[in-house]
Amino acid sequence: MTAHRAAPYWLSAPALAVYAVFLLVPLGSIALISFQHFEFYGGIQPGITFENYRQVFGDSYYWEIFGRTFAIAAIVTALCAVLGTFEALVLHRMANPWKSLFLLVVLGPLLISVVVRTLGWALLFGSTGLINKALTGLGLVNAPVQFMYTSTGVVIALTHVLVPFVVISVWASLQRMDPAVERAAVSLGAGQPTVVRRVIVPLAMPGILSGSVIVFALAASAFATPAIIGGRRLKVIATAAYDEFLNTLNWPLGASLAVLLLCANVVVLVASNRLIERRYRAVFRESVA
Amino acid sequence: MSFLVLDLLTKRYGEHAAVDAISLAIERGEFVSLLGPSGCGKTTTLQMIAGFVEPTSGAVTMDGRDLLAVPAAKRGLGIVFQNYALFPHMTVAENVAFGLEMRGVPREERGNRVREALALVGLDHLAGRHPMQLSGGQQQRVALARALVIRPNLLLLDEPLSNLDAKLREEMQVELRRIQRAVGITTLMVTHDQAEALALSDRVVVMHAGRIEQDAAPLSAYEHPATGFVCDFLGKANLFTVEQVSAGTVAIGPLSFAAPPALAAEVRAGDRLLIRPEKIAFGEAGPGALSATVVNRVFQGNHWLYQLDTPLGSAQVIRQNDGGFRPNEGDAVHLVWRPEDMRAVPADATGGAAG
Amino acid sequence: MIRNGPLALAFHALFIGFIVAPLAIVCIVAFTPQGYIALPTDGVSLRWFVAILDNPRFIGAFWISLALGVVSSLIATALAVPAALAVARHRFPGRETISTLLLSPLMIPHIVLGVSFLRFFSTIGMNGTFAGLVTGHVIVILPFALRLVLAAATGMDPAVERAAVALGASRFTVFRRITLPLLLPGIVSGWLLAFITSFDELTMSVFIASPSTTTLPVRMFLHIQDTIDPLVAAVSALLIFVTLVIMLALDRLVGLERLFVGKAYGDKSGAG
Repeated sequence: MTAHRAAPYWLSAPALAVYAVFLLVPLGSIALISFQHFEFYGGIQPGITFENYRQVFGDSYYWEIFGRTFAIAAIVTALCAVLGTFEALVLHRMANPWKSLFLLVVLGPLLISVVVRTLGWALLFGSTGLINKALTGLGLVNAPVQFMYTSTGVVIALTHVLVPFVVISVWASLQRMDPAVERAAVSLGAGQPTVVRRVIVPLAMPGILSGSVIVFALAASAFATPAIIGGRRLKVIATAAYDEFLNTLNWPLGASLAVLLLCANVVVLVASNRLIERRYRAVFRESVA
Repeated sequence: MSFLVLDLLTKRYGEHAAVDAISLAIERGEFVSLLGPSGCGKTTTLQMIAGFVEPTSGAVTMDGRDLLAVPAAKRGLGIVFQNYALFPHMTVAENVAFGLEMRGVPREERGNRVREALALVGLDHLAGRHPMQLSGGQQQRVALARALVIRPNLLLLDEPLSNLDAKLREEMQVELRRIQRAVGITTLMVTHDQAEALALSDRVVVMHAGRIEQDAAPLSAYEHPATGFVCDFLGKANLFTVEQVSAGTVAIGPLSFAAPPALAAEVRAGDRLLIRPEKIAFGEAGPGALSATVVNRVFQGNHWLYQLDTPLGSAQVIRQNDGGFRPNEGDAVHLVWRPEDMRAVPADATGGAAG
Repeated sequence: MIRNGPLALAFHALFIGFIVAPLAIVCIVAFTPQGYIALPTDGVSLRWFVAILDNPRFIGAFWISLALGVVSSLIATALAVPAALAVARHRFPGRETISTLLLSPLMIPHIVLGVSFLRFFSTIGMNGTFAGLVTGHVIVILPFALRLVLAAATGMDPAVERAAVALGASRFTVFRRITLPLLLPGIVSGWLLAFITSFDELTMSVFIASPSTTTLPVRMFLHIQDTIDPLVAAVSALLIFVTLVIMLALDRLVGLERLFVGKAYGDKSGAG
């Protein structure tokens, strides 16, 4: 097939055109209004100002929100990394048909709307919810523990929503490994814990790291779960932006929150991927992502 | 007493016997090949000796001790895997040192022994590289060094050369044999490449459908194959059915000749006679000469391979490329050979017979 | 193969329990015969599923989500296929950039996309329209379709097409008889994944939906902010069931593992 020099450009043009108009322009306009002034009765005023960013960085209210968001994201990431890695290891060692079945069970929820998954946690968390019934029933606590409208609840629910990403990532790394490598370690005298510690985990590390990065980015920008479980009092960046846009109608301020969130996301994702790629380039022939 | 003894070792998967009650004895320092087509059970046998597959029944003893009772990590065998299975995240030196680490060898001694092992395989200058930065042949040597550095009692090689290209494979064959002789280690190699098995081994064990067809030194197995399968698997074969045996004369088709005493003793009607293609020559018409027509002629570098049509069926002849008589396709020729170059092959035999 | 010990299996059981618990509880509550949430429930009843039929808001939202999903996934796939072919087949300057750009929405928080579209559509008067929803969804789901079609396209042996050309086929015939059939599993699974992603999408849709164009997840979200009752649990249970069916279809087509994870060691069969 003789390829026209221009063929790839024609082929990708439709998608690129759609992106140019409907992605780049909207993002640009949001960036723009973050630098504009908002009047309660006048709406968005023309002219460039930094007041929105000054307000965000100057008000402890927003520092608290940013702090809470990143703290939740960090804890969720740590939990997902540990739990997801262990589960991927267990699945890796399982025999079919169980392996495929449980992989489906773990990955399937990703195809279910986050509203449904979070609703489940809302049902489990109430003071008459199953978790509290179990805890009081087992005598572990005297009074129902408050999960709804707490950061703890948000952390638990977000971990549930995001842990499949770590499982996928670690699983992918493990699948790329020559299974004989484990047998080689055993034949050289390594016991099970040593095989895991010295061979499997190091080989899974790129997967653990890239999965964790994805989880952090998604956790920091999460909306539905903090909105439902956290409620109106417990704000994260996404729900605060929602407030500004749909309640207070201070779009420029909301836009500045959105821009900051976007920048944080992109920086984290791009920087980590570069670092991970560079660190593991000599070791792995294929790309690591 | 032999060093490694397999006794009626069997592995069944449901109804199917991948390895069917094989028995084998290997002496200390021997290089033995398990040779056969895929699915013959050779790799499964190796896996059982290594400890990665549980036998269904049977015993494996090494130096008098029951090997099956020992977990894989404690068997102390040196294993070179088919795709080398090097640890990609460790350097060459760390790879080779791993087995020593597991044995608690102190750091300085470890360093020395690693250097020694890498020198043995000719890779001391690559100690700091990662496996992915090495060529296939180099990776293979690292795998060998890693297996040998722990001074194992037994070296297991799982198709070690199958991933190398032809030229490299030949070089590595020589290397492998040299190293094995230098170290003097008992070695069991699994391969499907008959040329490789014949070149490297002290003994060749030909396997087929889970059973041992023949267990003999390479030349013996080649010159005196025990079964039809072995004939055909080791080198090329011409097999002609014996029609009649009477009083020292053997008749195959239109040909009848006086059989040498050794042959006359064992051959019977219905058996087949084997004559290797390189043992046939082009000659004059006469009694004992088989008339034939050249169907096909293939040049293979240092020899020519002829496919011919004869009253006994199709035949193959190999002649050195020494400038001698070279019939063309379609020519009518006469095939001659010495009766003592013929071997009797039982019509339906399976099972091991020392040849 | 080295197996899992009892400790590992115990962890695994707890983990699976953790994953399944919220989904199970939703289904349990959906079948409650009570008029409110009471756990544990005794008895099973379909009253809440029937109640959905009496709820025009949820029914309406369902149709909107369905139409939206179908339209946007078809558009996204139609855009993704040529782009994937471009990136997979040709080495051209800007290839990396174009590929990164097309996959970039994966890196952009949906909340940012939501507010961006809100602002953009308000400016051009498309706010709250179905077309606006479609546009937003296409942007969000296109990377998913693209990744899968790209995997299929890169996994396909280009020599196969060259063989067809050598045998005399025109370019169009090659595309129709060789390329398209070989890419079809990738295209269909890309389309299915795009559809599901659109159907499930909440965060961005919350910003650009209007009362007349409320999608099902948005309707559920708004409902939950008001009250958590068995009705929304019943809707959720239905969603779980439908997703299960689609998931099995995807698994049959492409293998769910391959869908999410990509190529394994020694996997020469293509998509990766």
